[in-house]
Amino acid sequence: MKEFLVRVLVEPKPELLDPQGQAVERAMIELGLKNISGTRVGKLIKFRLKAISAQQARERVSEIAQKFLANPVIEKYSIELEELE
Amino acid sequence: MRAAVVVFPGSNCDHDTYYVLKDLLGIETDLLWYRETNLERYDLIVLPGGFSYGDYLRAGAIARFAPVVQALPEYIERGRGIVLGICNGFQILTEAGLLPGALTKNISQRFICKTVKLRVENNATPLTHLFRYGEIIELPIAHGEGRYIAPRETLERLKRNRQILLTYYEENPNGSVENIAAITDETGTVFGMMPHPERNSERLFGTGDGLRLFQGVMQGPAGTPLP
Repeated sequence: MKEFLVRVLVEPKPELLDPQGQAVERAMIELGLKNISGTRVGKLIKFRLKAISAQQARERVSEIAQKFLANPVIEKYSIELEELE
Repeated sequence: MRAAVVVFPGSNCDHDTYYVLKDLLGIETDLLWYRETNLERYDLIVLPGGFSYGDYLRAGAIARFAPVVQALPEYIERGRGIVLGICNGFQILTEAGLLPGALTKNISQRFICKTVKLRVENNATPLTHLFRYGEIIELPIAHGEGRYIAPRETLERLKRNRQILLTYYEENPNGSVENIAAITDETGTVFGMMPHPERNSERLFGTGDGLRLFQGVMQGPAGTPLP
């Protein structure tokens, strides 16, 4: 068994208006950060997972992300796996 | 008739809804713990407003896996009775895929708590048949995630099948597409609405318009024809 650090990143779909992202972007500009655009606010779900291989880990994480961690009507997700020693 | 008001950890409109059904309308009503799965005896199941599981992850995302919600598809498939999700209940039903679309953060980014005007878009349903088509009614809203969103083809289908029951009138408080405030599913037995009818069911609290929704369900599925 290997152990992986899993990060699932969930963000609003590109076509969806993200008022939270807009508000954060406006605040960043007011705080002096210039030349920014396209701010989106999502979530990070991080956990450790034991699996036989990276492929198996990815499959299991994909399944739970589609079913639960992201709502496919409004969100998209990406998965990062890091093998732990 | 017998009704159930489901109680999730974090429900907070369960007792108000129970009061309207039991005390104002005299319906035999049970508060049903979320771990129950036997729904056979109920003609109406209400998923009430509140903050089930603290709205963690997304509103309704965790409650949709509760045993009582897992038992709903069979209840609906058999046409046993009416399922009504109010506010958080609506969010749970969309998360469970029992109603199309999703409810996401209000455009204003604010929690909105106030009375709004609504237009009755379909009065040929068990929930709305005591209203006139096009009637303007008043109900309170209280939500942070009430902006209804659905893919274009879903919206077309909702319009074609007249599944949109209530729309926000004059002002769209949360940015919902097509001003949508309440919908039904394709079977016409599952209903979701962001406004709170239980909070305006007595003249003491406003127009009392909410009571007619519950009375409509109580009087049976007779629907008046569309104009």
